[in-house]
Amino acid sequence: MSARTDTRLWLAQRISAMVLGACVLVHIVTILYAMHGGLTAAEILARTHGSWTVAAFYAVFVAAVAVHAPIGLRAVLAEWLGLRGAATDWILLLAGVALAVWGFRAVWAVVA
Amino acid sequence: MSKPTDTLQVSVWRGAEAGEFQVFDVPRLPSQTVLDVVTYIQRNLDETVSYRFACRVGMCGSCAMTVNGVARWTCRTHVDKVVGDDGRLELAPLANLPVIKDLVCDMRPFFDKWARARGYFSPTQTREDDFARISPQSKQRKNVEAGIECIGCGVCYASCDVVSWRPDYLGPAALNRAWTLVNDPRDGARLERLQAIAGDGGCLACHTHMSCTERCPKQIAPTASIAGLKRATALATLKGEL
Repeated sequence: MSARTDTRLWLAQRISAMVLGACVLVHIVTILYAMHGGLTAAEILARTHGSWTVAAFYAVFVAAVAVHAPIGLRAVLAEWLGLRGAATDWILLLAGVALAVWGFRAVWAVVA
Repeated sequence: MSKPTDTLQVSVWRGAEAGEFQVFDVPRLPSQTVLDVVTYIQRNLDETVSYRFACRVGMCGSCAMTVNGVARWTCRTHVDKVVGDDGRLELAPLANLPVIKDLVCDMRPFFDKWARARGYFSPTQTREDDFARISPQSKQRKNVEAGIECIGCGVCYASCDVVSWRPDYLGPAALNRAWTLVNDPRDGARLERLQAIAGDGGCLACHTHMSCTERCPKQIAPTASIAGLKRATALATLKGEL
């Protein structure tokens, strides 16, 4: 892969990591706060339904995961298993798309 | 504390990639270096033991070996620093490089990577031009200062986890050299060099484990140089230069 593509992937990995850092923190703090009073799943869903804020937040979260995970896996596969090349890259791209599809489906279920 | 033994049990790697350790008994002496131990073995116990050294004073970088599992200059490593009271010492060739024989490894992959990283100066001026004027206080000159004392001993390369995982990784020394040149205003190959070190097996593969920085006998921090290269390649990519 070209130096430019490699550097772009690396940048995407770093930027998505920063986004994930913030998202995970917000997600965990929110869950701890929400569960503190003993809310049920149904009560939580009643609050999240129709909320554009929740939808936007988790859409960003899912997008960051879909970008971050395949690039990280690419490094793991190359370094630990020696798997690299176009075939591996296509499978990882598919994995990224799958993560995005499942993730956005979950976001839709929570807010729609 | 028990008294240190007066004899060292020295396990020395014999053979090439395939081989085994051979144990020698060597008298333990005050102020003895690990290189002294190997020289004693070769001169008095087995003249077929192969090893490499030149200056004996930490200037040439040719006597690096794996001493009790850690890459070190043997000439600057006192036995007392690495051997406990049991007197055991294990000597092997540097890791991450092909073994030629016994304690001698083939340094070609290491230096080939310097060339691949464009670790050589590309001049922009001729002898007819005036001297370049570079302020010793400038940020670039300070960056060069931090990395320029490398003598290419290969200790960082042998200590690097990423090199052991992916043999195409350029390694700390080559990247450190590239960073000193990226900071040299007289050099004319900045973009070509960034291209050479940004791709597969380049600076972006570094995991910041910092073994190179911890083990460098010259107290250079290749990790910092590699971080500088990451910033430079990222900026160049964002500007559309790469």
